[in-house]
Amino acid sequence: MTIYGYRLPAMSSLILWGLLWEIVGRMGLTFFVPPLSEVFVTLFSVVGTAPFLKALSETAYAFSAGVMFAIVIGIPLGIMMGKNRLVDELFLPWVNMFLSAPLTALVPVLMVLFGFGMKSIIITTTLFAIWIIILNTRAGVLQINRSLVEMARCYGANPLQAFYKIYFWAALPEILGGVRIGVIRAVKGVIIGQLLISIVGFGALFELYANNFLMSHFWAVLLVLFALAFSVSEILAYLERRVSYYAAKR
Amino acid sequence: MVMPQIKEVLGSEETPKPDNAVVARGISKTYGDVEALKDLTLEFPRGQLTSLLGPSGCGKTTLLKIIAGLLEPNAGEVEVNGKPVTGPGPDRAFVFQDFALLPWASVIRNVAFALELRGVAKSEREAIAEKYIADVGLSGFEKSYPHQLSGGMRQRVGLARALSVDADVLLMDEPFSAVDEQTRRKFQEDLLNLVQNENKTFIFVTHSIEEAVYVSDQIAILLPRPSRVSEIIRPTGLRNKNVDNIRRDSEYLDIVDSIWASLRSYVE
Repeated sequence: MTIYGYRLPAMSSLILWGLLWEIVGRMGLTFFVPPLSEVFVTLFSVVGTAPFLKALSETAYAFSAGVMFAIVIGIPLGIMMGKNRLVDELFLPWVNMFLSAPLTALVPVLMVLFGFGMKSIIITTTLFAIWIIILNTRAGVLQINRSLVEMARCYGANPLQAFYKIYFWAALPEILGGVRIGVIRAVKGVIIGQLLISIVGFGALFELYANNFLMSHFWAVLLVLFALAFSVSEILAYLERRVSYYAAKR
Repeated sequence: MVMPQIKEVLGSEETPKPDNAVVARGISKTYGDVEALKDLTLEFPRGQLTSLLGPSGCGKTTLLKIIAGLLEPNAGEVEVNGKPVTGPGPDRAFVFQDFALLPWASVIRNVAFALELRGVAKSEREAIAEKYIADVGLSGFEKSYPHQLSGGMRQRVGLARALSVDADVLLMDEPFSAVDEQTRRKFQEDLLNLVQNENKTFIFVTHSIEEAVYVSDQIAILLPRPSRVSEIIRPTGLRNKNVDNIRRDSEYLDIVDSIWASLRSYVE
């Protein structure tokens, strides 16, 4: 964007909002909003402490395991649903239902089924991420050019080869879009899991800071979390752009 | 410059036992209530180019896909080299109307893709692919991607892929309909050379009368409702003439006119 001939750098609106935050904080209107500068000072003092690093590693572990399961199960299932009418009829109602279901309400059930440990947190994360990955992959496979499939059959591709040499690549732009949204949902899933199931990781930090009214600590951890989620999402968006050259020409 | 002596075609009618690469016998195919093909029988002489010509909806692409093994007929059977067709096989290669290239793969990988599916080692299949890329005149574009090429160049990639598997029968589904007029003319000339130089049987679906007469040894006219072979034309005389003059040859013009006369009442 340009204003009065000056080209504004990307995300310069953040500077404006940061300034507003700082002013509101300095006015001392509410304990809930400490000045942004204070949040940053807290952030740098908190990052590097043992409890923070422990929380980070716990959260990262649950998050990456949950996302991995969502991808490893979600993509093949989505491809099969796009390829096979029967599989589609069988799974589509469930996928649509869980996509819009209030998954948080399911967490107590998961606790009963899988206990109060890491396992339940990982499953919660997977449940948040997987449905949109399945649906997007399915959509990607459904729009695949029929003659590519015929070409593969014609030149003797077996079903497995068709799967990983045609369907996967042809649906890749949609798959990456689905994974990107799934990852963002997984961030919510892992924190909800850590708040509701067992108080560990970032969830525990949020709980601790909120209960003790340490608002600048609270915001600092939230900023860290946002930065992490944003980076992962941007990496995936970058990968999406890498395949966009053929997304429009399939 | 294309050599004047294109090919010596013996009048297949006089030959006592024609050597047919492909035979379709009593083929019927219905889609729901629609009868795409009804009891169609047609022979495709070896080493020649047979065109399937007809108005849209006459089932010519359906017949081609049945020969390819991509569709199953409701009745009848197709024989390739005397063996009945049960599915796609290495004795047939297909050239697609929309090229059917992998948009995420380079030209060389696209051309080598059929060999890749067969498990040919990478160095070997790329050597074969390079040869055919050169044959279709695309040397220097091995590392390009389909979206960087023009329509005509993309179809050359599709053609190179079909040639790379060295199949006996080349099935071409309106291969030049998605390229511009000038490129199409060049393609038609190249196709004549290909028929002459490669000992392959070509089955060529087209809706262009001029194209069919220009390139074919045998033209099967298909008519719809119910779909059947109404006529088989062999422009034998044309094949011995200089390609540069075919388009103003009186025999060529006569054949084009007579085909149009028999088709015109079926065109809406």
